[in-house]
Amino acid sequence: MHPALQGLVTIILGVGGCVAYFYLSNQILDKVLFPARGQNAGRNITRANMIRPWLFVLPALLALGLYLAYPVVETLRLSLTERVTMSDGSTTYNWVGVDNYAQMFNEPKFWEAMRNNIMWLFVVPAFSTAFGLLAAQLTDRIKWGNVAKSMIFMPMAISFVGAAVIFKLVYDMRPVTQDQIGVLNALYLTFGGTEPKAWLTIPVWNNFFLMAVLIWIQTGFAMVILSAALRGIPEGTIEAAIVDGANPFQLFFKIKVPQIQGTILVVWTTITIVVLKVFDIVFAMTNGQWETQVLANYMFDKLFRANDWGVGSASAMVIMLLVTPILIWNVRNARKEMK
Amino acid sequence: MDSIAGSKSSLTWAVNISVVLLVALWLFPTVGLLVSSFRTSDQIATSGWWKALFPSVQNLTLRADAPELQVREGDLYVIEGDLFEVGKDVEISVFGVSSRAIDAFKVGETGELVKGGDITVSVEGHYRMTNIEPFEGSRGQRIFVTAKTPPEFTLDNYHNVLFDPSNREGMAKAFFNTLTVTIPATIIPIVIAAFAAYALAWMEFPGRALLIAAIVGLLVVPLQLALIPLLKFHNEIGIGKGYLGAWMAHTGFGLPLAIYLLRNYMVGLPRDIIENAKVDGASDFQIFVKIILPLSFPALASFAIFQFLWTWNDLLVALVFLIDSTGETTVMTKQIVELLGTRGGNWEILATSAFVSIAVPLAVFFAMQKYLVRGLLAGSVK
Repeated sequence: MHPALQGLVTIILGVGGCVAYFYLSNQILDKVLFPARGQNAGRNITRANMIRPWLFVLPALLALGLYLAYPVVETLRLSLTERVTMSDGSTTYNWVGVDNYAQMFNEPKFWEAMRNNIMWLFVVPAFSTAFGLLAAQLTDRIKWGNVAKSMIFMPMAISFVGAAVIFKLVYDMRPVTQDQIGVLNALYLTFGGTEPKAWLTIPVWNNFFLMAVLIWIQTGFAMVILSAALRGIPEGTIEAAIVDGANPFQLFFKIKVPQIQGTILVVWTTITIVVLKVFDIVFAMTNGQWETQVLANYMFDKLFRANDWGVGSASAMVIMLLVTPILIWNVRNARKEMK
Repeated sequence: MDSIAGSKSSLTWAVNISVVLLVALWLFPTVGLLVSSFRTSDQIATSGWWKALFPSVQNLTLRADAPELQVREGDLYVIEGDLFEVGKDVEISVFGVSSRAIDAFKVGETGELVKGGDITVSVEGHYRMTNIEPFEGSRGQRIFVTAKTPPEFTLDNYHNVLFDPSNREGMAKAFFNTLTVTIPATIIPIVIAAFAAYALAWMEFPGRALLIAAIVGLLVVPLQLALIPLLKFHNEIGIGKGYLGAWMAHTGFGLPLAIYLLRNYMVGLPRDIIENAKVDGASDFQIFVKIILPLSFPALASFAIFQFLWTWNDLLVALVFLIDSTGETTVMTKQIVELLGTRGGNWEILATSAFVSIAVPLAVFFAMQKYLVRGLLAGSVK
């Protein structure tokens, strides 16, 4: 069957199936199991209403359980086992305890990935938030601010892979005898450089050239959220500060920024999560060569190139561990808000 | 605001200029790729794209007509013709007939051919070769010119990448594959999530608060953890790698955000409407379909855009759950990564392919930016 047709059938089956499930299960509940008539009508209605919520959440629960909750447990289990192919072609999983972790901790590539990830964790959220805040503050004050905003926001729609191509062109290098076609080298030579550089192959610094791609993408996100927060600041505090003679910089750093601290923190953590999962940019631009490895790409390497599920799962657990503090913080905040 | 701030016009100027710079910095890389996709490979390789908008001085290697076209004029054998299309706005400064001396002669001077005879070239590219002996050989004389040519753009790259059926690296198939992945993977989670969000927002049941907390937690669980267990699961139930697996994976991964966004929105709907409907005897199912769903349109649109952008731009899920060894189901992101590996220097192909894949999300982005912003504001966990 043609994939497009298959897709159409899936939409119809998927959507139709969902709607049919919700409709029929409600009908069965009301008409067959607990009909709202006869001598138990009152009790039946109460019972039906106790069950109904579960009918509504059941498909979502199953999908969430299977696609997100179960994998966490299963990955933990796999990280403690070793996959062995038996002579008859079947695979078994032998319990090896923490051997996978021990093996991983002995690999320099893993520590390289950890080091780079930590650099990413500090640099990307810091710069995205700072640029976002700057853009939000500046664009709020000018007439064509909305146009400017949507230009800075635009990279959000571009895939990491697309952004990788865009920035590979920026970082392109030609021999010194030819015209440079990459902007960075062209600028570098104009402002006193003598030799064009292959930016992505210079260890340690190349990480920052990769980070620039993500900063470029995430700044728009930070700007949108922070701009809304800036507009939410009560006018009174600003007017009072102006009356007291605050200059625009004092106004911004001493009055506005402290009032949106909470939002800045939210933006920071959201970008942190994106950074922890960053894969496509590194995969497409350097594939971890020249000391640019990051955890997510290291894991992909282990799983699908080295075919080592044990160490691969162990590195996935490291990513999970790094996300966990944010996870707990988010859950606690959400619970506080509901009360 | 400016007036109460008492800000001087110089500050306003500074702000305007800073924003212009910021916007230029943010647009510059993308514009570079866009401009490059309309240039030929020669143009891209010889000059930066920012020069494409202005006339450029290039060294070109051209060929005169073949000796079989020579004519006799009195004692002389003559080959005459034009190096460029007539009427094109070129300006030749120097020329040569040997690759070792491409700037041997000035325009207007008479140059000597290596095998005997003379040549003249005019500023706009008209050349005339004369010799007392007949010209020999099967191919025309090579002429090297240094010329100032006007900016030139072409649609050939797009034709080549999208519509050339013999191009095995083309994007046409990958484009449709991406579309095939994206649409069901956007619609199905919305349906499932909408019902769940309604229950979590407006129905009382034990464990509701716990479920909401769990969903907030699942929002940040890294995709990476799911790869192996789910690939194993898909192999065990026999669907292996393919569209079905990719749709299911995208649905599962999209659900937490969908439920979270929709629930937050639905909770904010006025209680009166729902209670009045209940008093009038409407069932939960009817309330949901007839009242909640239409009212929740902005939130549904927000999530739809997120999910669309995310599935269209995704690489990891496609690599793991979709693309098998035959490569029949390849998507655009994967195709571009392959091109980066095999055609790293062919910027005309890379730039065009990348832009084909970027164009659709950009169109969606500009058309529905309002909903995207709204969704972002609602979706960032406060």
